Amino acid sequence: MSKPISTGAEWTFELIEQYHDEIANIAEEYALDTYPNQIELITAEQMLDAYASVGMPIGYSHWSFGKHFIKNEQQYRRGHMGLAYEIVINSNPCIAYLMEENTMMMQALVIAHASFGHNSFFKGNYLFRAWTDAEAIIDYLVFAKRYVSDCEERYGIEEVENLLDSCHALQNHGVDRYKRPYPVSMREEQKRLKEREEYLQSQVNDLWYRTVPRKEAEQEAAAKINFPEEPQENILYFIEKNAPLLEPWQREIVRIVRKIGQYFYPQRQTQVMNEGWACFWHYHIMNALYDRGKVTDGFMLEFIQSHTNVVSQPDFDSPYFSGINPYALGYAMMTDIKRICTDPDDEDRRWFPDIAGSDWQQTLDFAMRNFKDESFISQFLSPRLIRDFKLFSILDDEEQSELEVTSIHNDDGYRHIRHVLSNQYNLSMNEPNIQIYNADIRGDRTLTLRHVLHNNVPLAETSVEVLKHLHRLWGFDVRMDTIDAGGEITRSESVPD
Amino acid sequence: MAQLIDRRPNAKGKSTVNRQRFLRRYKTQIKKAISEQISERSITNVDSGESVSIPTRDISEPVFRSDQGGVREGVYPGNKEFARGDRIKRPEGGGGGRGGKASDSGEGEDDFVFEISKDEYLDMLFDDLELPNLQKNQLRKMTKSKTVRAGYTTDGVPTNINVVRSLRSALSRRVAMGAGRRHRLRELEIELQALQQEPGEQGERRAELIEEIEDLRERLGKIPFIDTFDLRFNNFVQRPEPTSQAVMFCLMDVSGSMDQETKDIAKRFYILLYLFLTRSYKDVDVVYIRHHTQAKEVDEQEFFYSRETGGTIVSSALEMTRDIIKQRYPPTDWNIYAAQASDGDNWNDDSPICERLLSKELLPLLRYYAYVEITRRDHQGLWMHYENLLEKHDNFAMQHIREHDDIYPVFREFFRKQVQ
Repeated sequence: MSKPISTGAEWTFELIEQYHDEIANIAEEYALDTYPNQIELITAEQMLDAYASVGMPIGYSHWSFGKHFIKNEQQYRRGHMGLAYEIVINSNPCIAYLMEENTMMMQALVIAHASFGHNSFFKGNYLFRAWTDAEAIIDYLVFAKRYVSDCEERYGIEEVENLLDSCHALQNHGVDRYKRPYPVSMREEQKRLKEREEYLQSQVNDLWYRTVPRKEAEQEAAAKINFPEEPQENILYFIEKNAPLLEPWQREIVRIVRKIGQYFYPQRQTQVMNEGWACFWHYHIMNALYDRGKVTDGFMLEFIQSHTNVVSQPDFDSPYFSGINPYALGYAMMTDIKRICTDPDDEDRRWFPDIAGSDWQQTLDFAMRNFKDESFISQFLSPRLIRDFKLFSILDDEEQSELEVTSIHNDDGYRHIRHVLSNQYNLSMNEPNIQIYNADIRGDRTLTLRHVLHNNVPLAETSVEVLKHLHRLWGFDVRMDTIDAGGEITRSESVPD
Repeated sequence: MAQLIDRRPNAKGKSTVNRQRFLRRYKTQIKKAISEQISERSITNVDSGESVSIPTRDISEPVFRSDQGGVREGVYPGNKEFARGDRIKRPEGGGGGRGGKASDSGEGEDDFVFEISKDEYLDMLFDDLELPNLQKNQLRKMTKSKTVRAGYTTDGVPTNINVVRSLRSALSRRVAMGAGRRHRLRELEIELQALQQEPGEQGERRAELIEEIEDLRERLGKIPFIDTFDLRFNNFVQRPEPTSQAVMFCLMDVSGSMDQETKDIAKRFYILLYLFLTRSYKDVDVVYIRHHTQAKEVDEQEFFYSRETGGTIVSSALEMTRDIIKQRYPPTDWNIYAAQASDGDNWNDDSPICERLLSKELLPLLRYYAYVEITRRDHQGLWMHYENLLEKHDNFAMQHIREHDDIYPVFREFFRKQVQ
C-alpha cells in the first residue's frame, strides 16, 4: 500500500496536479481516449458568469444573457439554488471549470467526472464527432463575438439586438439533423466570410429578379413549381439563404446563431448517456484510487455520499421528484451493461444475447460511441433495471377524464416501457414539428409554414410571437398552418394579421 | 499532462455588459417600476439600491413549444400499487404528462424581481435630468485649484526627490563618463596579459602598462556615484478646478397649517433633491431653515418632526437664507441651491416682500431656487407673487404638489433636460 495523496479537505494546485496524474494513469489503464485537459479554477461569481453564457468561455453580448445572469444571481444569493461543482466544455483541449469552494475530494471527483468521463464521451460519441468540432469551437466563438460587436458598431446595438432576438426565437429550428457541417478554422472562416457575403447576395438577387412579370403562359407554368421543392425543417438556414431583404451582415449573424445552436444539439440528445458515462467512470476511478491506497477512508466516505446524492432517483410521488434523473438512469444503465457482460443470468442471455458475457470494456465503449439517448435506451434498458426503478407508463389523453396505467414492470410491460421511455428522449418527437412549406416567390412572397400535429399536442401561445420574429427576418407575410393526422388544416395563423 | 490555470484573479464582471444590455432594454419598465416605488420608499434609506419587479411576460423569449393537452405517454419511476389498466384521477394542476418538466419550460405569470445597485437606481431615477445652467456657471467660476503631478524637474525641495529617476540618471551619467576609460583599460589589460605569456625583454613596457592601468582604475573610481546634476524631483503644479461643493437650503413652513403628511411630502422632495445634487457635487452641505413668523436654523430631526403653531411670514426665512449665505457660503466658492416647501399660506402683506427679496437679493446668488406648494386648496397670494418671478429669472421654478404620487413627476419637471 502506498501513502495517500492527501489527508485534509483543503486543495492546492500541487495536489490537484497529483490527483490528475494519478487519475490519468487509471484512465489510461481503462483505455479512456480523451482530449488533453485544461483545468481552470474559478470563483462562484465566475461560475454565475459561465451559467449565463451557457457554459461557454466567450460569447457575443446580448440582453438575454444578462437576464439569465440576473436570474441565477438572485436565486443563488437567496439560497434557492446551489451551483454546479464543475462545467466542462466540448473543446480541444477539453476545458473544465472547477469551483474554488470544492473540497479536495470534490476536485478529484470532478476531474474524474468531467476531465475524463465527459471528455472521453465528447471525443468518442458519434454525434459529437459528426456535429461539433472541438478544435474550432473556441475560435469560432471568438470570431462570432468580434463579428457581432463589429456589427453593433456599424449598424447600432439596437439593430443587432433585434436581429438576434429573432434568431434566438428560432434557434431550436436552426439545426441540420441529417447533413453534417464540416469544420473550418477561424482564419478560413474570415476568408470565406467575404466570398460568402457576395455570393449569397447575388443568389438572392437572382431568385427575386425572376419575379419580373413575363408572358402569362410562362408565369402559369412557373407558379406550379413549389419553392422550396421539399419542406425545410431548418428554418434559420432557409432564412439565411433565401430571405429577400436581409443584408449580408444580417445573414452572417443568422448563420452564427444557427451554428451555435447546432453545436449544442448533440448535448441535448445525449444527456442520459453523457452523464451516465461520466458517473460510471468517476465511480470506477475513485474506487481504483482507493484500492491503490491513494486516498483515505474519510475521502472515500465523502465521495460515496456525494455520489449517492447525484445518482439517486426519487419516486414519482416524492416531493423531490422532477422527472427522471438523467444521472441516475444513465449511471444505472452503464453499470447494468457491465453486469450483463461480467455476470449475466438467463434473462440477460435471452434479452441481450450479443453482449451477455462479452468483454465489458469493449461493450461499454461501443455503446458510448454509437448511440444517443433514444437509441441507447431502446437498445440497452434491461428488464432488471425496469424492476429496480419500478418503472411504469401512464397514458394521458386529454379526451379522457382519467389517466391510464398502460404498463408496469412485468413481463408484459418491459418492451412497452422501454419503447415509451426511449420516445421520451427523442427530440424530434417532443419538439413541435414545424417546417417551411412554401415561399410564394412568384407572387406576394408569403412564407408558409406547416406544423404537423403529433398526438394532438397543441402549440403554446408563444408561437404567434415567434411568427412575428420570423416575419421580421423574412420581411413579408408569414403564415403557419396546423395540420392534423388526417392532413387537414385545422388552424391557421398569419403575421401580420 | 493537464494544463492547470487559476482563473480566479480574472475579472469577474464578464456578465456586466449583458446585464447592462438587459437594463438598457427594459429601461422604460424599470423606470416605471421605480417611479411607482419612490413614494413608498423609506425616507431614511437613501443609500441602498432598489429591488425592481417587472412582469415576466414582458421579458420572455418566445420559442415554438408544445402546450399542455393532446395525447401523451410517459414513464415514471417508483411504482407501488399500480397494475396495468388502472385508471387514476388526473392530478390537480395540469395534465401531468411530463411531470415537473412542463412547469420548468412554462412561463409563470410571476414578476421578474431583481436588485439594482444604488448607482443604477440613481441613474434610472435621474435619467434625463440635469441641473439647470450648470455648465455655464461653472466655467465662469473656476475658483478652486488642485495640486496635480506634472512630470519631473531638475530642481526642487529634498522631500520631492524621485529616487528612481535620480539613480537612473546617475547610472547613465556614470556609464557615459567612464566609457572611454573603460575601453582603454580593457585594451591595456589584454596587452598586459599577452606580454606576461611571452617572457622576454619587455619589463619596461610592462611597468608602463601597469602604471597606466592603475591610473585608469583610479580615475574611474573617482567618478562620483551621484551628483547634484543627477537629481530629479517630482513636479507639481496647481490646476484650477471648478468648485465641486454645493450647499442646499431647505426652507419649510412649520406653522400650524402644515400637518405631518405635508411635511412628509416635503421631506421626500428634499431627499430627491439631495440625492440629485450628490450626483453632481462631491460635497453637499444642507442647511435647514424652518419658519413660522420667525425663521430658525435647525437640525434635520427638528426640521421634520417638531411642531409649531402660529402665523406665517415667509420673508423671515428668505432673510435668514440671505444672511447665512453672506456669513458662511460665499457664492464664489459654493454652488447654492434652495428649495422651499410650503402649503401656500403667508401673511398677505408679506408676499410682495418675498418677491422683492428673491428677485433683488437672493436669486442673483443662487444657482437654482425651487418652490413647491403642497396643498389641495387653491393658490393664494404667495403663488401669485412668485409667478411674477418666473418670467424674469430662469433660475427660479415653482411647482404644485397635491399628493405623494406627484413628488417624482414634479421633481422631474423641475430638472428636465432642456432641449438646446
